[in-house]
Amino acid sequence: MSEVSTVAPVAGPDPRATSASASLRRMARWLRRNLFNSPGNSFLTVAALVFLALVLPAAWEWAVSQADLWGDSKGACIDQGACWVFVRVRLPVFIFGQYPPSQQWRVLLAFALLVGFAVPALRDGTPHRALWVVLLLTLFPLLAGLLLVGGVAGLPFVDTTLWGGLMLDVVISFVTMAGSLPLGVLLAYGRRSQLAGIRTVSIAFIELWRGVPLLTVLFMAAVLLPLFLPSGVTVDRLLRAMGALVLFNAAYMAEVVRGGLQGVDVEQEEAAQSLGIGWLQTQTLVVLPQAMRIIVPGIINTAVDFFKDTTLVTIVGLSDLLGAVNQALKDPAWLGLAPEGYVFAAVVFFVCCFAMSAYGRSFERRLARGQGR
Amino acid sequence: MVRRPSRRARIAQWVFLLAMLGAALFLASNAADNLGRRHLAFGFGYLVNTANFDIPFRLIDFGPDDSYARALLVCVLNTLLVSAMGIVAATLIGLLIGLMRLSSNWLIRNMGLVYIELVRNTPILVQIIFWYVAVLHNLPGPRQSLHLPAGILLNVRGFYLPMPVLGPWGTVTSLFALALLVASPFAARLTIAGKSLGKLALALPVLAVLLFALGVESIDAPSLKGFNISGGVQLPPELAALWAGLSIYSGAFIAEIVRSSVQAVSEGQREAARSIGLKPRLVLSLVVMPQALRMMVPPLTSQYLNLIKSSSLGAAVAYPEIFQIFAGTVLNKSGREIETFAIVMAIFLSINLSVSAAMNAYNRRVMLVTAR
Repeated sequence: MSEVSTVAPVAGPDPRATSASASLRRMARWLRRNLFNSPGNSFLTVAALVFLALVLPAAWEWAVSQADLWGDSKGACIDQGACWVFVRVRLPVFIFGQYPPSQQWRVLLAFALLVGFAVPALRDGTPHRALWVVLLLTLFPLLAGLLLVGGVAGLPFVDTTLWGGLMLDVVISFVTMAGSLPLGVLLAYGRRSQLAGIRTVSIAFIELWRGVPLLTVLFMAAVLLPLFLPSGVTVDRLLRAMGALVLFNAAYMAEVVRGGLQGVDVEQEEAAQSLGIGWLQTQTLVVLPQAMRIIVPGIINTAVDFFKDTTLVTIVGLSDLLGAVNQALKDPAWLGLAPEGYVFAAVVFFVCCFAMSAYGRSFERRLARGQGR
Repeated sequence: MVRRPSRRARIAQWVFLLAMLGAALFLASNAADNLGRRHLAFGFGYLVNTANFDIPFRLIDFGPDDSYARALLVCVLNTLLVSAMGIVAATLIGLLIGLMRLSSNWLIRNMGLVYIELVRNTPILVQIIFWYVAVLHNLPGPRQSLHLPAGILLNVRGFYLPMPVLGPWGTVTSLFALALLVASPFAARLTIAGKSLGKLALALPVLAVLLFALGVESIDAPSLKGFNISGGVQLPPELAALWAGLSIYSGAFIAEIVRSSVQAVSEGQREAARSIGLKPRLVLSLVVMPQALRMMVPPLTSQYLNLIKSSSLGAAVAYPEIFQIFAGTVLNKSGREIETFAIVMAIFLSINLSVSAAMNAYNRRVMLVTAR
């Protein structure tokens, strides 16, 4: 602290030069403190700088300065770096899958609707925020479903086998999250229930799905489920996969919700009971709203994990973003562009997941501040 | 209607359980119908049938004449192999990155942060396929193998590691070496005539290495013979990609566990340690780390379980693990959906239960005694 006072500007010929040298000194002090505060740290800093000097320019050269973006065939890629032409040309397939190009505006409109419903539901201080959340989970899926499937109001029918790309990842994760939340709440209550039968069934359900890989349910939905349906009844492949994912994810959601329910003081429940409020109303009006606030970060974590895991549908033959990239790479006209394709997929997922977890962290901070009062 | 809430709840429970039973019966009768139409009966007898296919990578002998049951054993061993390799590597990566995150060096700290954020926010499947298709498949052929340190060769067919060849006494000496390694953590706690062995126990692992080296007759180094590599042990690209993907991904999560556990050791503990004059290094090794390590055990357990479950993604790169071989090839050849999935789920549940039982037992032993 005493050093700070020595930096105080002395009347000099050029005040700008003084402030520049002061900031230079500040910078030197910061460097000394944060990078060179001991011989060991100085060595580490130099080693890290050497490493970055080797990696960063090469990465920049590959991804930007030596890369090609414009053109319409592999022949347009004449430089040493990445051939982004491939990604640019295939972008519609990566985003919409085989959705008919003339109908792709419907996907964009559905996405705009998602943003329109999600922003008021996620922002602090929206009037009637709870209503927006309910609309996001009920009205929006209905509208988006009609829009995407079509067959009504003059919209041509689009079979789900044509859906693909990033759109499929978003659809699957939204449906799964929206479907597994209510089921997870029921399971969490089931696990806390005093009724031995319900408790046992809930615990068995939750622990069974948490103990096996996600791939199990996807394989089951693909090969096992048709066996359990009456003969002649067939269910759409995408619908089957989403149903299985809802059940699987509900087990994880149940544990998140259970944590939230345990976080609500038992006095809250007792107070409501002493006012003569019935069990159902105590839960829906007193306990659940408080629990939900606690578990929002947990739900977002689950959503991020789950959004990443939607890539697994590739293994059972649905063509999400990763599947679309896999397929595009098999095209003889674009052979050998695997790094570009997978780096693109990774970047898309990174942006989505990073944004979601950043929102989760900011919510958590606000929550912590709110409880600190 | 029934007025007493407790009785009402009990009736609701029975209605629910009956509904579940009804649904189960409905599904079972559908399955029985469908199986009947295919002239199949439920049963595990098919496991003794001849497999008629080959498994490219295996730890025990397997040929097309062997049974499905042996194929199952082969792929369970493969799953366990990649899981064990992944757990070791992920723990090492996690410790390294976690310590980077705790460094007082700004650059090192933030490089750790960039690693964690980049890896955590990209799907593990994209990473595994990236390593497999974009990296390992773009390597040169055997004749232009890359020469890595320690005599390791790397080419499009995977890693080739040098392998020690045991001499006539090799088996005996390496068994003794293994016994010494297992005994050393116990020896550290041993007291003989009132004196603790303590650091003397460190001699045991050294002795074990020496003993093992004594039994080695020669080293079988991989080298180019004609168009292929001969000698050494091959690590196929499928295994290498899956291993890399699992350890790099889980390593990022373990790094966060390491960081948060160390930071969760209360500041009072550090201050107390400093105030009795401990050096910074000793504060870390005697006060902070012992407490942090204990806190790490439960979250680490669930990371290990996640890693084991994620090893099923080997199916995407054709690594012969349970999903690729048993829920894939065997299921397609035998047409036994129900039995296959029952076995797959039973295997994963028992692996998971044994790992968490072992980790919980360990946790009970090292757990700090805190208020409740």
